[in-house]
Amino acid sequence: MNKFDIQIREDGEHAVIETAGYLNDALGEQLAEKAKELIGNGYTQLVINLEKTTLINSIGISILIEIIEALHEQEGALNFCGLSATQERTFRMMALAKYAGIFPDEESAIANL
Amino acid sequence: MSDIAKRVILTIPMYPDMELAAAKTASVLAELMDFGEGEVEEIQLAIIETCINAFEHSKSDDQEIHIEFLLMADELQFKVTDRGVGISPDTLDGSRVLGSPGMHTDLRKRGRGLQIIRSLMDEVDIESSPNGTTVSVKKKKRG
Repeated sequence: MNKFDIQIREDGEHAVIETAGYLNDALGEQLAEKAKELIGNGYTQLVINLEKTTLINSIGISILIEIIEALHEQEGALNFCGLSATQERTFRMMALAKYAGIFPDEESAIANL
Repeated sequence: MSDIAKRVILTIPMYPDMELAAAKTASVLAELMDFGEGEVEEIQLAIIETCINAFEHSKSDDQEIHIEFLLMADELQFKVTDRGVGISPDTLDGSRVLGSPGMHTDLRKRGRGLQIIRSLMDEVDIESSPNGTTVSVKKKKRG
């Protein structure tokens, strides 16, 4: 069965959320909860590292959109990293790339917040 | 792989995450056919979205999805069938789903599954009636 995990790394003005597993409604809801908690604690510069997230379905993407919107309401920013070529293509098709950055690794995603 | 199509049949219940069983099967078959790594991921995502559409819209009494894979010489086909109430193409396309209520109308949250399937696969065909829906998908091998 789908095993998933979420790790949070807070560092000064930004925080990194790293997910592992299948990003569906279950993992997505947990991710949204963690992201909203971080935003509530004043972190408006976020990176979501999807390197260990092998599959993302459209419901998972819809939850990522909610996080983007929540951050934009706080004039914050979100960058993604660790996407596969197929995931990046899907994100661009669904317009996520217009409102969030996509970077190959965590270091560049943080540097470009 | 010979020119004669091989057929694989799978029936899955509409339980959470069971779309992963379909995705795993599709992955094994696509790798057997020597699809590239990226193409295998595309096929997995396409079948996940097809199954999720059936989960969400079919309202079938038997709560099952029937999947038929056909392994051709140069393409993988799969058909996902439910015995539900049928669905209009508009609903599957998400064209009746409003944009997000916030600032970005192009960031529509739901109803994008079929758009994803169409962008990743070579052919997608939908047949729907009050007795059920079949989504037929083809993915050709590159190079």
